[in-house]
Amino acid sequence: MKFTQYFGLRILTWALTIWIGVTFIFFVPRMFPSDPVENMIGRIQSRSGQMDPLEMESLRKSLRVQFGLEGSLLEQYVSFLKKGLLQFDFGPSLMSFPTPVGDIIKTYLPYTLGLMLMTTVLAWIIGNFIGLQAGFRKDRLSSKFLEGVAICIYPVPYFIVALVLQIVFAFLLGWFPLQSTIITMGGFGTFIRTLLRASVLPAVSLLLVGTGWWIISMKSLSGTVSEEDFVLYARYRGLSEQKIGQSYVLRNSIITQVTALAMSLGGVFSGSIMTEIIFGYPGVGTLIQKAILQSDYNMILGCITISIVAIATATLIVDLIYPLIDPRIRYS
Amino acid sequence: MDVRKFLKNANGRLRAGISITLFFLILGFVVYYIPHPNPFSYNTYPRRLSPSPDHFFGTTSMGQDVFWLLIEAIHNSLVIGFIVALIGTVVGVFVGLLAGFSGGFLDRILMVVTDTFVVIPSLPILILMTSLMRGSATVILMALVLAIFAWAWPSRQIRSLALSLKERDFIHTAWFSGEGTVQVIVTEILPYALTWSLSNFMNATLSAIASESALAVLGLSPANLISLGNMIQWARERNAIFTNQWNWIGPPIIATIVLFIGLFLLITGYNDYLSMKRGR
Repeated sequence: MKFTQYFGLRILTWALTIWIGVTFIFFVPRMFPSDPVENMIGRIQSRSGQMDPLEMESLRKSLRVQFGLEGSLLEQYVSFLKKGLLQFDFGPSLMSFPTPVGDIIKTYLPYTLGLMLMTTVLAWIIGNFIGLQAGFRKDRLSSKFLEGVAICIYPVPYFIVALVLQIVFAFLLGWFPLQSTIITMGGFGTFIRTLLRASVLPAVSLLLVGTGWWIISMKSLSGTVSEEDFVLYARYRGLSEQKIGQSYVLRNSIITQVTALAMSLGGVFSGSIMTEIIFGYPGVGTLIQKAILQSDYNMILGCITISIVAIATATLIVDLIYPLIDPRIRYS
Repeated sequence: MDVRKFLKNANGRLRAGISITLFFLILGFVVYYIPHPNPFSYNTYPRRLSPSPDHFFGTTSMGQDVFWLLIEAIHNSLVIGFIVALIGTVVGVFVGLLAGFSGGFLDRILMVVTDTFVVIPSLPILILMTSLMRGSATVILMALVLAIFAWAWPSRQIRSLALSLKERDFIHTAWFSGEGTVQVIVTEILPYALTWSLSNFMNATLSAIASESALAVLGLSPANLISLGNMIQWARERNAIFTNQWNWIGPPIIATIVLFIGLFLLITGYNDYLSMKRGR
C-alpha cells in the first residue's frame, strides 16, 4: 500500500470515529425517559411557584428550540451534525444565558489542552527513558525499585492520586492552594505566576500515573528486545552498551510505544477531567462539572462533542507520525 | 486444576495479587454477610467516634459505622465491577471471534466500530448518560451503562488472537475433518480465548470500579449506592478533610489503592505466568 492510501484510510477512520461518537451522543439521550425540557420546567416551577398554563406552553416551546428538540428526529440530527460539527455551535449556555456554549468552551479549552499536552508528552518521554534503562539492565537493583514504584502508582485511579496529593501537599503541608485560582486580569506576570501555581499539583498527579504506565510497558518491551539475536550480535561486534541501547533496543521498542500513545489519549483525557475537578483547575473538566450541577445540557453536549473531535484528531496526528519513525513501513 | 502445583509455579507478583484480591473477596463476600445494622442509616451510633474495638474505624459525622460502610462499599464496587466485566468479556469475545473468523466486509465494519469505542473518551459520554438518569439509576442500570465501553478492548484482542489461530495447523485439521464453524470455534478456539479472557475480565473489573468511582466524585453515581467512590465523595462533601476525620476518608482511599494494586499485580502476574507456561 502506498503512503497516500494509508493517509486516506486513516483520515476515513478519523471521520468515522467522530461520526459514530457524535451519533451515539445524539441518540442515547433521546432514548432515555427523562426529558431535559420537563426537568428544566420542573426546576423553574419549584423556584417561582405555579405558572400560567399559557406562559408555560410558550416557555416549553422556547426551551425545546434552545435544546434543539424541535422538528422530526432526522431534522434534529441533521441540524445537530451541521451546527455542532461544522460550526461548533451548540446553542446558548443555560447557566450563563445567552452566551453561546462555544464561546465559553473556547476560554476553558486551552487550559485543558495545555495541561494534557505537557503532561502526556513529558510522561511519555520520562517513562520511556526510565523504562528503557530498567528493561535493558533488568538485573540492577534500581531497575527493580523503579518498576516497583511504577506498579504501585499506575493502577490507582487518577482522582485518587489527585486526592492524595491534595491532602498531603495542599492541606497538610500547605505548599499549594487547595483550589486553583488563575488570575487573568492584572498583567501577564500575575497570570503566569498563578497559572503555574495552580497547575503544579494537577500536572504532577497526571505525570505520576502516566509515567508509571510508560515505565511498565517500556520495561517489558525493551526487556524482550534485549534478548533478540541482533542485540547479541551487536554485543559480539563489540559495540558500546550505550550504542546498543540507543540504536538497537530503543529504536525497535519505541515504535510500539507510539501506537500505544495514540490509543491512550482517550484515557488520559478522562483522567485529566477528574484531576481538574479535584483541584478546581479551570479546564473543560471543571466546566463539565458546573454544567452537570446546573443541568446545562447544551454545555454538556458541547464539551463532549469537542472532546471527541479533539481526542480523535490527536490520535490521528500521532498515527500519522508513526510512518516517519518506522522504516520497515507496512501501512496496514 | 491442581491448586498446589499452580501456586508452586506462580511468580511473586501473581502470589501477591492473589493474596490481596482474596483478602478483598473475603471482606466483600464473607464478612459482608455477618449480621450488622444497615450502615447507611444515620445516627445508628454516636457521631464522630474515634476508632475503638467496637468501631474499628470509628463513626462518621452522621453516626454511621465506617467499618461496615467500607465492607458494604467493597461488596458493591466488586459486584458492579464483576457484572460489567462479565458483560464486556462475553460481548467482546463474541464480537472478536465473529470479526476474526468472518473476515471481509463484516470484519472491517466491526473493527471500525470497535476502534471507535477504544479511542473515544469514555468518561464524558458516561457523564452525559448518568447525568440524564440522575437519581433514578439502579446498580444494574449503572453496570449496563458502564458495560457500553467494556467490550471494545477485549474484542480487539480476541480478534487478533482469532486471526493468528485461524492459520494454525490444528484448526485446518478441524476444518478438513468436517467440523462446522460453530463447532470449531467452541471446541478449538474458546479454550484459547478463555485464558485470555480471564486477564481481560480482571482488567475490566478494575476499570469499571474506577469509572464508577470517578462518576461518584461527580455526584453521578446512584445516591443510595454505597460504593468506594461514593464513600469517598460523601466524606469529601461533609468536609472530613478539613475536620481531620482521617478515620472516615482514609479507609476508602487506602482500600481503593490496595485493591487496585492487588488486581493489577494479579493481571500482570497471571500474564507472566501464561507466557512462562507457553515457554517463552
